[in-house]
Amino acid sequence: MCGIVGLFLKDQNLQPELGTYLADMLVKMSDRGPDSAGMALYSKSLQFDMKLTLKFEPAVRKQDLQAILDKDLKNKFDVQLRGSHVVICFSKSDYDVVLDCITQFNSVACVMSKGEVIEIFKEVGSPRNFVDHFQISGFHGTHGIGHTRMATESAVTTSGAHPFSTAFDQCLVHNGSLSNHNGIRRKLLADGMKFETDNDSEVAATYLSQKIASGSSLRDALNQSLDDLDGFFTFVVGIKNGFGVLRDRIACKPAVLAETDQYVAFGSEYRALTNLPKINLAKVWEPEPATVYFWTH
Amino acid sequence: MKIFDLENDSLRSLNHNLQSIKAGSVTTDWQVENPGGSHALAVGLNAEVNVSIKGSTGYYCGGMNQQAKIHIYGSVGPGVGENMMSGQIIVEGDASQYAGATGHGGLLLIKGNASSRCGISMKGIEIIVMGNIGHMSAFMAQSGNLVVLGDAGDGLGDSIYEANIFVRGHVKGLGADCIEKDMRLEHINTLERLLLTANCDVDSKNFRRYGSARSLYNFKVDNLNSY
Repeated sequence: MCGIVGLFLKDQNLQPELGTYLADMLVKMSDRGPDSAGMALYSKSLQFDMKLTLKFEPAVRKQDLQAILDKDLKNKFDVQLRGSHVVICFSKSDYDVVLDCITQFNSVACVMSKGEVIEIFKEVGSPRNFVDHFQISGFHGTHGIGHTRMATESAVTTSGAHPFSTAFDQCLVHNGSLSNHNGIRRKLLADGMKFETDNDSEVAATYLSQKIASGSSLRDALNQSLDDLDGFFTFVVGIKNGFGVLRDRIACKPAVLAETDQYVAFGSEYRALTNLPKINLAKVWEPEPATVYFWTH
Repeated sequence: MKIFDLENDSLRSLNHNLQSIKAGSVTTDWQVENPGGSHALAVGLNAEVNVSIKGSTGYYCGGMNQQAKIHIYGSVGPGVGENMMSGQIIVEGDASQYAGATGHGGLLLIKGNASSRCGISMKGIEIIVMGNIGHMSAFMAQSGNLVVLGDAGDGLGDSIYEANIFVRGHVKGLGADCIEKDMRLEHINTLERLLLTANCDVDSKNFRRYGSARSLYNFKVDNLNSY
């Protein structure tokens, strides 16, 4: 099973509601996977051009991180605690220094995402606990994707939860299972790519990131994945300015899209979408198999 | 008319009430409001009741139906009318995957499009889709009629045993052992009866019939080396 939701806002007036809508959508998908939940939220910071999200062990104190950053960073920065994660917003020119600073926390912290606009939160447990713990409803932003997991291919851990982010501002959520992920992982490892988990979906995310890093567009990378990835999948892939959707050729993993003048929404089931504005007037359809869909700002 | 509002009333109590109506009871009308994409709405009914659902539903709406007339004023999720035995299900919108799967009887009318695997393993049900159907529809179909006013996706009728598939539009591709067949008088009569039932004012002459070449019925010893 697993449940996926996604929301891409066309109407800027809805941006303050992004978290509220996505939280409701994800909780509605709870029955599809209670093991762990996660969300990637995209929002531009007015003051800073880089964000880094970390999961912290409870023993670590925000003040300790703040003190180290205070000492080493040249420019202004901001550290926000959100549940078990912290988001560091800073200037791009300080990127290497920030990475150096957080190496001191390597044993107790884990990087969830890096990029200009992306923030990823994920945890073991139900979507209800997840959205409350991370106060997802308070989020403003341009687009976001969420996932609730029923684990099949690897252990139920925070890093095994979706979304998987394997490059700046990129992330992937997956419903399905890949059968040739070990072979693809070996090839990617040989090419110097790194993995955090044994998860099949992380392989898909890394595969796409590598294609993009070597010059493919996301559209071309997704089309190529139809030949290279064997198994069942519905992917939603987040990028800096939008998201894409792809289902495998068999398309047995469910997917519903809805579009109005104000937004494009994705749900594993229609019921995820029922609280969106004017959903009764939306164009609602199932994405075709082996067809790449994209919405960008 | 009895009205159930799923904003306030539970799905379980709705299904319990509907399933408690015994066959042969006086026909009653039921209306379901705010279905909100719920799963397993109005499943396992076995009486001549009319159920009107005002909105879109999730998985398995009207599954295992016997005798009841279920009318959905919205779209339906996967498996609408799965294993239906008799009665009638009308969908005003679109249907997701495997609509009418394994159905033994009754009529399933979908006024919009149906997604992949429509009528998979159908065993006597009659399905009319006024729009298009997705890939692998009527896979391993055994009996019954599937009428499509629009186009059909790839792999239509793969490994079909029997059953008639009537398509008015374009067929992207036929599955293994599915071939185009002659439209004889009996088929024209069946098709016209179904079009009349669905109030479809279209000419039966514009349809083509597809069915089984029956070459998979028996094992061919020539293929032994393939195993």
